[in-house]
Amino acid sequence: MIEARGVWARRGRADILKDVSIEVGKGEILAIIGPTGSGKTTLLRVLNLLDHPDEGRVFFDRVDVTEDERARFSARRRMAMVFQKPSMFNLTVEKNVSYGLKIRGVSGSAFRDRVRAALRDVGLSGYEKRRAFSLSGGEAQRVALARALVTEPELLLLDEATANLDPRTAETIEGLIRGAREKGLAVVMATHDLDQARRLADGVAVLVGGELVQLGSPEEVFERPKSEEVAHFVRARVGW
Amino acid sequence: MRAVELILALDPTVVEITARSLAIAVTSTAIATILVVPLGGLIHFHNFKGKRAVVNLIQTLYSLPTVTVGLVVFLLLARSGPLGSYGLLFTPGGMVIGQTILIAPIMTGLTIAALSGVGPAVRDTAVSLGASKFQAIFTIMREARAAMLAAILLGFGRALSEVGVAMMIGGNIRGYTRVLTTAIALETSRGDIEFSMALGIILVSISLIVNLLVNRVQGNWWA
Repeated sequence: MIEARGVWARRGRADILKDVSIEVGKGEILAIIGPTGSGKTTLLRVLNLLDHPDEGRVFFDRVDVTEDERARFSARRRMAMVFQKPSMFNLTVEKNVSYGLKIRGVSGSAFRDRVRAALRDVGLSGYEKRRAFSLSGGEAQRVALARALVTEPELLLLDEATANLDPRTAETIEGLIRGAREKGLAVVMATHDLDQARRLADGVAVLVGGELVQLGSPEEVFERPKSEEVAHFVRARVGW
Repeated sequence: MRAVELILALDPTVVEITARSLAIAVTSTAIATILVVPLGGLIHFHNFKGKRAVVNLIQTLYSLPTVTVGLVVFLLLARSGPLGSYGLLFTPGGMVIGQTILIAPIMTGLTIAALSGVGPAVRDTAVSLGASKFQAIFTIMREARAAMLAAILLGFGRALSEVGVAMMIGGNIRGYTRVLTTAIALETSRGDIEFSMALGIILVSISLIVNLLVNRVQGNWWA
């Protein structure tokens, strides 16, 4: 579904991503783990085609979408991302959730039903007319997820999607992520919650200092870390 | 107090001057809005060489003295000037041109500031959700709507309360180009203080309403 091949990203003289290659297929969940500042968000932004890589290529559904703006635009319409600190539009919750549908020209009765169903899925039924700016951090995060899912993307990118949520809501969201996989979506999620990565992911990518230091199944990464660096990170965080 | 009586009794001269003031200021503000919102957007959304200098120049023009604008527009509209053949000097149309030029910089500058106030996260969110370039621009403008409306109201306030352009381009002709500010200046010099005060009360009341509206649209009612 999405592939990054030899991606480098730079800010000034600093290398944020160094030769990162990953691939995620339909119905797969890839968790990106790593310390703060390791380049997880940058990698998600490159995959979401918000940022251009300084080197390397990005392929969506086997099509090179590294440069061609038209290809990038149509690929972007087939994916959705939830940011770590979701930005709400200064509108009602309903208008926030329906944004992606509206710009795609979806209308009619299906429109309202889809918005309502998306809000129900994230446990926010009845929030339609609330001002989005009046929501708590956790509620905003759930609205952002509903806003992403309502467009029925083929690729879902999540940046710490459950970081601001209480355990019960986080569980609901994890259920939605599993449901998305069952529907055949490809999911790439950056997370600090290593237990969550273990529970949900089919593959785990470990980024340290912008380098992909290990890529494998959760079992491989957590049970057989490839290096001291990875071992130190995964063990310290799961409390071994 | 005769000033209050003149207002309460809806004195025909007071009403006529007030209506003309509002009509000219509203027209100037409407024309300026049509010009500056796209211009402000164009400057904000495009990166070009000298952009900082252009923004600095616009900000410098915020405090453009009204008499300077009056003088320049006078020279443009005077019979021997480049637009002299249109016969706009000492007409409401000429006043509209002058006021539009006067308020355009502050409205453009505040439009740019309003758009800059919308963080990059809004653009990223819109684009990430599949917005085209134009849809993203529209979304950012919609997010800046309160600050942009405040810019328009401030432009209207400046147009209504200025006296230089109204006097020099309008000529303060009774029943034709006389507006609140020029009438106050004239009646005060003639010694009809009560009449001036009546017009002054109206002018301040309109300014107060505009300010309350600015606060309202910015979401801090009475604050």
